[in-house]
Amino acid sequence: MSQLNRLAQGGRIDRSRQLSFTFNGKTYQGHAGDTLASALLANGVDIVNRSFKYSRPRGIFAAGAEEPNALVQLGATEAGQVPNVRATQQALYDGLTARSTNGWPNVQRDLMGLVGKLGGGFMPPGFYYKTFMAPASMWMTYEKYIRKGAGLGRSPMESDPDIYDHMHQHCDVLVVGAGPAGLAAALAAARSGARVIVADEQEEMGGTLLDSRELLDDKPADQWVAETVEALSGMDNVTLLPRTTANGYHDHNFVTLHERRTEHLADTAPLKDGLRQVRSRLHRVRAGRVVLATGAHERPLVYGNNDVPGNMLAGAVSTYVRRYGVVPGNKLVLSVSNDHAYRAALDWVEAGREVVAIADARANPDGELVEQARAKGIRIIAGSAVVEAKGDSRVSAARIAKVDLQGFRVVGGSETLSCDTIASSGGYSPVIHLASHTGSRPTWNEELLGFVPNTVKGVAAAGGARGVYATGAVLADGVEAGLDAAAEAGFSAASVSLPQVAERRDGAAVALYQVPHEKATLRAPKQFVDLQNDVTAAGIEVATREGFESIEHVKRYTAMGFGTDQGKLGNINGMAIAARVLGRSIPEVGTTVFRPNYTPVTFGSIVGRHCGELFEPERYTAMHQWHVEQGAAFEDVGQWKRPWYFPRKVNGKVETMHEAVARECLAVREKVGILDASTLGKIDIQGPDAREFLGRVYTNKWAKLAPGRVRYGLMCKDDGMVFDDGTTSCLGDNHFLMTTSTGGAATVLEWLEIWHQTEWPELDVYFNSVTDHWATMTITGPEARKLMEEVTTEVDLDKDSFKFMDWKEGKVAGVPARIFRISFTGELAYEINVQANYALHVWETLFAHGDKYGLTPYGTETMHVLRAEKGFIIAGQDTDGSVTPEDLGMHWAIGYDKPFSWIGKRALTRPDTSRENRKQMVGLKPKDPKVVLEEGAQIVLDPNHAIPMPMEGHVTSSYYSPTLESGFALAVVKGGHKKMGETVYLPMVDGQVHEAEIVSPIFLDPKGERQNV
Amino acid sequence: MFYIHCPYCGEHREEEEFHPKGEAHIARPADPENCSDDEWGDYLFFRDNPRGIHHELWVHAVGCRKFFNITRHTVTYEILETYKMGEQPTYTAEHPEGRPSAEADQASLREGVRA
Repeated sequence: MSQLNRLAQGGRIDRSRQLSFTFNGKTYQGHAGDTLASALLANGVDIVNRSFKYSRPRGIFAAGAEEPNALVQLGATEAGQVPNVRATQQALYDGLTARSTNGWPNVQRDLMGLVGKLGGGFMPPGFYYKTFMAPASMWMTYEKYIRKGAGLGRSPMESDPDIYDHMHQHCDVLVVGAGPAGLAAALAAARSGARVIVADEQEEMGGTLLDSRELLDDKPADQWVAETVEALSGMDNVTLLPRTTANGYHDHNFVTLHERRTEHLADTAPLKDGLRQVRSRLHRVRAGRVVLATGAHERPLVYGNNDVPGNMLAGAVSTYVRRYGVVPGNKLVLSVSNDHAYRAALDWVEAGREVVAIADARANPDGELVEQARAKGIRIIAGSAVVEAKGDSRVSAARIAKVDLQGFRVVGGSETLSCDTIASSGGYSPVIHLASHTGSRPTWNEELLGFVPNTVKGVAAAGGARGVYATGAVLADGVEAGLDAAAEAGFSAASVSLPQVAERRDGAAVALYQVPHEKATLRAPKQFVDLQNDVTAAGIEVATREGFESIEHVKRYTAMGFGTDQGKLGNINGMAIAARVLGRSIPEVGTTVFRPNYTPVTFGSIVGRHCGELFEPERYTAMHQWHVEQGAAFEDVGQWKRPWYFPRKVNGKVETMHEAVARECLAVREKVGILDASTLGKIDIQGPDAREFLGRVYTNKWAKLAPGRVRYGLMCKDDGMVFDDGTTSCLGDNHFLMTTSTGGAATVLEWLEIWHQTEWPELDVYFNSVTDHWATMTITGPEARKLMEEVTTEVDLDKDSFKFMDWKEGKVAGVPARIFRISFTGELAYEINVQANYALHVWETLFAHGDKYGLTPYGTETMHVLRAEKGFIIAGQDTDGSVTPEDLGMHWAIGYDKPFSWIGKRALTRPDTSRENRKQMVGLKPKDPKVVLEEGAQIVLDPNHAIPMPMEGHVTSSYYSPTLESGFALAVVKGGHKKMGETVYLPMVDGQVHEAEIVSPIFLDPKGERQNV
Repeated sequence: MFYIHCPYCGEHREEEEFHPKGEAHIARPADPENCSDDEWGDYLFFRDNPRGIHHELWVHAVGCRKFFNITRHTVTYEILETYKMGEQPTYTAEHPEGRPSAEADQASLREGVRA
């Protein structure tokens, strides 16, 4: 197919390089330097999509990031699918494959289009909710079809073969945008000696200068661009990042830059030297100063049927003609409120096609460009505007009428002019998105008819981004911003010579947003404000009538600006319409808040390398490889990988978890088991005041703990709630070793530090994490001592000289070790700490001797069962930040008479913490021993009570005990300590109700005789 | 993302290295046992939430592990100063431009004071 709209010459494309691409299954030709949008226009493709809500046919409307319609699904392969790519920002490459994101069965014939027509002339805001609201149960069914008909692109169904990365950058001056202001600012800052990063979202740097009619130093503007870019790229202190969007401006000049490195080459990154290139990169830049040279977006006018393909922005017409050598039609009608938009008519005529007329809303347009248009014989109809477009799949005519802007009405008759393209311009809106990202509100400038940014410290806008539009002034503004930024960053200003630009005499613009129609807005043909989300002027009017007067409410009710284009085209028009209907001014109505991202960023770029095995660091103990070789199943505990259980092969079948845990439990109760407990947090505490400090942070007493002794301790927050527990051993008078839960290690260390540093700096004490230094193994069970005797030297293991809650130094398997007689199983137990590097040797030596005693490795699941049988809590499982030591029944661990009012003490006598019906820890014994209650299950007293039943507590830990041959649980129950022997009920989701008896939480050996042997 | 000057390290570092720990200058009552329930409840649970200048406690968690204070504007998020434990802020709600006698109050400038 020929490129019927391609000009024989002109533009920045390379006509010698022909590229082939596919759109909606059809193959077309374009050139290197095209965007997908310019190539589609060159080939005369009018309909590129269907609209979101009404399924109306839509064509290409703009030429850049503000494009609302031309969203495509990109990708030749399933893995390469990318949804919602703006065709105006996608460089063409050979083999590019794209489809419309919307339209079912296709964009030419669309079934949902009927809904748009039949659903009445008008689907009001909230249409779907109002229409499909009853019965509620049917919503899921409705939704399936609504999503199919509406909706945007789809995600790939295969995993992404591409790689993405992050780069952390620092610079003195970051310049966002490489148009005239940005290039001038970059040059000025760089010449001053500052380290400069320049980010520009387009394929080429230069911005508006790439399609400008103006001369710089009597040469085409793009020559100055080429010279400047070359000069900058030759400087060591400058980093140029083309195809890079500054998508978010965050606090303290932290800017994220999304660099697309290969998306102009293929839909998955090509290989280079056999390696896949990085597809896109997120630069995380901390900039000394930021210059926002983001330019301005043209505002379209809001008139009837302004969405039919063939309606465009005036500036986009110029861009397509001058930059891409494409005229997007044959007969143009232009509707404007300002001089600058006249460029479109001049460019169109010079391309050899017909300009039917220019409807100018001003009574006496008289600027320089107006004169040039007149000189070319173009008909100018003053005081008028296009009120309505005609045509279905392409504009066929424009109806022009005289308009009274003050009275918002059409005056006199109208004239219908045959044409295929209507371009409009209602003025320009500075691109203030980045300046607004940190919450700074822009100010309305009545002279400029636009919002200008109020920037925070360290940021300045330059050029179009702050409403400076004349090319010469923009260049000068850029230089000034660049020099200022460099000076603020501590560099002395360099001199920069600017090219000469002839000053253009422009007539004053008028304020025009929605064009009045003969009919009232609600009855007129649809006048679109937000093309992407199908928000019309009538929709905004209805929203205000229904009481949504705040612009933030109007936005949410109508969905204006919620599309992927973030309201770049429509928002100001929408605010102006709301202001008109409410009888307020635009500044009174105000703006909505712009948030990151400026344009969508792929998840891949956000994730970078933090995926797959690099998603989170993994921590291994010194014995990890042994566990792996034994076929252990692993459990994640924080970042640690801990053996969960060790399934064995029995008669050719691998044990289930239930079978393995039962075997491991019995081994510990009857013989001897071993647990890798290295992950427990270990904090070394030293200093003359260490003992005093412990007394303040633990609930129990530490004053008399002698060297060689170990004590269990509970830690509370100052609100009296338990937050961690563990044992602490006295290594010397001024030296202690504290253990914490695996997950609490870092938190507890920070907790100790905060009290020491902020409240009690006078205490001479020091804390250090030694978790990774020492490996810990627990040998526990009736045979533990016999095994220990075989491998231990320099320690007397006799039960009378090495008692329960003692610790001693000696050697295990020839390795210096600390041995602690503490027990988390209720059995005779030794916890061995050895330097982590020797741990595997010690572990293997234990197994070399352990076979004859039945030494069995066990994992965390068995550890949980064994400790729960003894009623030992796990902080964070049996407690949840609302449980006091008294609630746990641990009165014995509370030193009420300690001299210092330790952390948590005062709160224990507050009315809420001392009331009797608090949830208290108890044991639960299911009446049916086969039942294992669900953790988290709610406890009620009367299962026949009407719903909602009063909830009396919940299950915190629940297991099957092979020793008790029954299920059992720990739970918290209101006033539970006084309810021993009572029956409670646990209604389950499936309708079953379990019955259980409240018992002591200590199910086994309540006197502790087994551990004290 | 904040860019925070650690007064102990003497360097600006990324926010990722720090943890916020709530409002600064919340002293634990010296004699908890003689506090009324209301006074103790105030100390435990009640914090200011000002629009404007706010003093916050932070810790350089993956740096020097030191706790210190930040004066931050809750609207602009500008960090006006960071200062060591035991020191007093220069910028306060009453003196947003800086207290005239601030320098003389700094504990670190007075001899023999631990902070």
